[in-house]
Amino acid sequence: MANLIGQSFRRKEDYRFVTGTGQYVADIRMDNMAEAAFIRSTYAHARIKSIDRSAALALDDVYAVITGEDLVGKVGLMSEMESHCRLPKHIEDQIKPIMKHNVEPVLATGKVKYVGQNVVCIVAKNRYIAEDAAALVKIDYEPLPAVVDPFEALKEGAPLVQDDLDDNMQAYFHLPVGSWEEAVSKADHVIKGRFTSPRVGSNPIETRGVVASYDNRTDFLNIWSSTQMPFEIRHYVAKLLGLVEQNIRVVAPDVGGGFGPKGGLYPEEVLLAYLAKQLKRPVRWIEDRMEHMSGARHSRDQIHALEVAYTKDGTILGVKDDFVLDVGAINYFALTCAYNSAAHFRGAYKIPVFDLTCRIALTNKTPNVPYRGAGRPEVVFAMDRIVDMIARELGMDPVEVMLKNIIPAEEMPYSQGMYYKDGGELIYDSGNYPEAFEMALEMSRFKEIRANQERWRQEGKYIGIGFSSNVEGTGVGPFEGAKVSIDPSGQVILHVGSSSQGQSHETVFGQVAGDVFGVSLDRVTVKNGDTVALGYGAGTYASRSAVNAGSAAHLASVKLREKMLAVAGNVLEIAPEELTMKDGVIYAVSQPEKKITFPELAAAAAPGMRCKVPEGMDPGLEATHYFVPPTVTYSSSVHAAVVEVDIETGFVKIKNYYIVHDSGRVINPMVVEGQVQGGFAQGIGTALYEEVVHNENGQLLTGTYMDYLLPTSMEVPVAVQGEQEYYSTRNPLGVKGVGESGAISTPAAIANAVVDALAPFHVKIDRLPVSPNRVFDLLQDAQSEEVIMPK
Amino acid sequence: MKPASFEYLRPASLEEALQYLADLGEDAKIIAGGQSLIPVLNMRLSTPKYLIDIGRVEGLSYIREEDGYLAIGALTRHVELEQSPLVAKHCPLLLEAVKWIGHAQIRQRGTVGGSIAHADPSAELPCVLAALRGEIVIAHADGEETLAAEEFFLTYLLTSLQPDQMIKEVRFPVISNAAGYAFTEVARRHGDFALVEVAAVVELNENQEIALARLAAGGANPVPCVLESVEDFLIGKAADNSLLEEAGEMASESVDPDGDLHGSASYRRSLVKTLTKRALQTAIQRAGGISR
Repeated sequence: MANLIGQSFRRKEDYRFVTGTGQYVADIRMDNMAEAAFIRSTYAHARIKSIDRSAALALDDVYAVITGEDLVGKVGLMSEMESHCRLPKHIEDQIKPIMKHNVEPVLATGKVKYVGQNVVCIVAKNRYIAEDAAALVKIDYEPLPAVVDPFEALKEGAPLVQDDLDDNMQAYFHLPVGSWEEAVSKADHVIKGRFTSPRVGSNPIETRGVVASYDNRTDFLNIWSSTQMPFEIRHYVAKLLGLVEQNIRVVAPDVGGGFGPKGGLYPEEVLLAYLAKQLKRPVRWIEDRMEHMSGARHSRDQIHALEVAYTKDGTILGVKDDFVLDVGAINYFALTCAYNSAAHFRGAYKIPVFDLTCRIALTNKTPNVPYRGAGRPEVVFAMDRIVDMIARELGMDPVEVMLKNIIPAEEMPYSQGMYYKDGGELIYDSGNYPEAFEMALEMSRFKEIRANQERWRQEGKYIGIGFSSNVEGTGVGPFEGAKVSIDPSGQVILHVGSSSQGQSHETVFGQVAGDVFGVSLDRVTVKNGDTVALGYGAGTYASRSAVNAGSAAHLASVKLREKMLAVAGNVLEIAPEELTMKDGVIYAVSQPEKKITFPELAAAAAPGMRCKVPEGMDPGLEATHYFVPPTVTYSSSVHAAVVEVDIETGFVKIKNYYIVHDSGRVINPMVVEGQVQGGFAQGIGTALYEEVVHNENGQLLTGTYMDYLLPTSMEVPVAVQGEQEYYSTRNPLGVKGVGESGAISTPAAIANAVVDALAPFHVKIDRLPVSPNRVFDLLQDAQSEEVIMPK
Repeated sequence: MKPASFEYLRPASLEEALQYLADLGEDAKIIAGGQSLIPVLNMRLSTPKYLIDIGRVEGLSYIREEDGYLAIGALTRHVELEQSPLVAKHCPLLLEAVKWIGHAQIRQRGTVGGSIAHADPSAELPCVLAALRGEIVIAHADGEETLAAEEFFLTYLLTSLQPDQMIKEVRFPVISNAAGYAFTEVARRHGDFALVEVAAVVELNENQEIALARLAAGGANPVPCVLESVEDFLIGKAADNSLLEEAGEMASESVDPDGDLHGSASYRRSLVKTLTKRALQTAIQRAGGISR
């Protein structure tokens, strides 16, 4: 039945994207529309003593200058995303978490907590005037001591970030799997390491943006937002403004990338909705790049203190990790990233003992939220770096130690002896990790490189190869919905609850539904990103749409197909079991002349006197399904990086890169390949370039793209991909998520490759990014150690 | 990120532009390619009352060979240097350096005068100009004067250009056919401002000894920096590997870089050494030298 699934159809959405005819939030124009601009905090921590807005208000064409105090009692406080913070009871029993309630007003009241926090909103005829007015507002701040380092933040007596809490430890948990003491007692060695993944941003090509308009007649709010979660926005705008959810429509039009930080509620979404209603005119705000750097949320920022117990043959017996996550001024996503870190720590390795303690620290920085990888690249970096270190301690090849500890194929499905965040047991459903590793060795010509490395070094070329593997829980619930119907024209119309930020929803879900109805891709129209189309929706994040929305689309289509056959049977007076459908025609298998087309069937099923649906069946050709996954499904990948290091300048050049990945059954190979390559590009950023830097006062030092370095097309080679296709056992399509896997192992593989290239110098890389200056410093240290060491 | 309001002026001739400058002085800014000024305006780091767009001024875009110089009009775009046979023939060092300027889009719009006036110590053209001992022709309502690069570049982003003056022409000395040259640079990413860059020109005598050396580094000091002591040291020496090593060491000792997010002072200093070595090696090879 699968004619469409498995084929690399060109993306339906690409025509408008490449011809500049897409519609992003900034393309929305309305009569009488005003523009908002924000004054953002220039202090990391300060009391707001006074705000003088008189000069700004006196300026022509300025409609409003709003402060946080104006909103007290009118607009609720933002806090944790409830849907992401609930933990099942049995997990709570196991990890005994502390999770403290924390808040942020949409405009600062009393004090500011980070550079970039919204303090004043100005609404004017246009953005130019709004910024002129912003320059006239006088804010008198009384600076407070800023808490910048997460370890300082956790110390007793540290200044409080959230005044209502007793300290800055916003959350804590301890996860024990097996006995660490026992692992140590059996081990020959225990190695320690401390690994830092710094703060980064997601930097989508489209910044954030909101347009809101209010219709007085119907008491209806329309909100367009460049968001990953339109349904959540609707819920929270209603909640914070005291409105009825069904009186709000949130549309995510074309969205130019999200990668995580566009998921969740932002102050601008709430405030613009409020202002549109107050000012009785549409209001628009388009985030500029300067705002994005501090106002859009950051991610990563984890420091892991790791101990690993192992035997002299390189077998790992246990891992103990004590880690701190710097969450910034408020934690919106509770344990999402932190527990992801725990759940993905051991990845493809068979490590029976695991003991992890996590502390989440509040600091005076932009809030930290999930970003592509969401807690996984940090631990894969820590784990694969320490495996590499173990190998070098033992005088073994890192590949040998990795393969020694990898989960054998015959042990699948494999249990890691803990729960996933959704409450399911953490059991890898399908996959073959040793095979993936062997494929990566073969593709990267590992043996050839090893054989030549020494000779290359003699010639002054420092070339190294590094590996990293990961297993990723994808397709997390809670659910996703699909509503499918047959239009009077015969077109299949599919609404899905998860919206797109460029992921190809219109194409791949068309392939899924098209196969059920036996029609070509152009006969399926996929709609998404609109809260009026479906009752419920979750969103596109966490590598979940193909699994959840794909399965929902499939199951809704199967439901509708059955109904269509029943209605057609009634019309044609043939048993439905004898009917089939192809290219928009339903016909009897044994007598193809007995047939009815989709438009005819749609007419026959329409309500009214002539409705031909069988007795007891509702009229209309429409079906809805909400898919609830039993738990996540596990995709996996093995990365191999080949790099050359210039030992004089410290520059790292990626010579070749290979990714073997299993994302289950592939709906559209070209889309999957693009996802992996895109994740890889962001992985390169994390590995070599990106770092959000604050100084000791909490000032952002990387506020422009001169200082915050994103890899460009010139820095991103094409990763050669190899594919495995081990179907998931946890959804009807057999698919697994692929959105994040490219990003997860890239930093670890590149860091290991650099270490390998510099093997004669015995360098250890324990923090990202691997910048030329850091490589230079490592080489300097290595050389000075050589001098000191008596020989 | 919207600029404060300004009045836009578009003179058609150099005289008209200079008159605006004479009248408006510090309230006015000249805009040509806009590659540095537009971000500065958008971030409101500068809020001039008047913007004088010289984009349509006649006769400011040219590349001519005259009196042992390549005379380049201030409005000449980087891409025009890239494509000019005169530049390739008379100043191939400049051609090699221009390719390091930003990206193709930036080279389409950015101008030679703009780059010199902006005076970023990491920029390519100031470094080449300093190495070659080039000149800058300054125009004002009452006439013209010619300044040496070292008189012009004062410190980071600051030049001796007065509010009523503008750059009319930049003059790069012609490099002899017998000379070897090289421009070496490292930048974090393709198209970024240099961490460090070194421009070198070398001529050898019949004994394979260095007869002339021109050497400058960018990204190391607040202004593009002529490595004069290294030049002097090289004269009369046989071009071999140990010489390069020594020259690199000397170069790194003669600069005083500041550290920033992308490179500490000691890292930049070490880059000066490495790039000096590499630039000299290539230049010597191109001059027909035997160094390898």
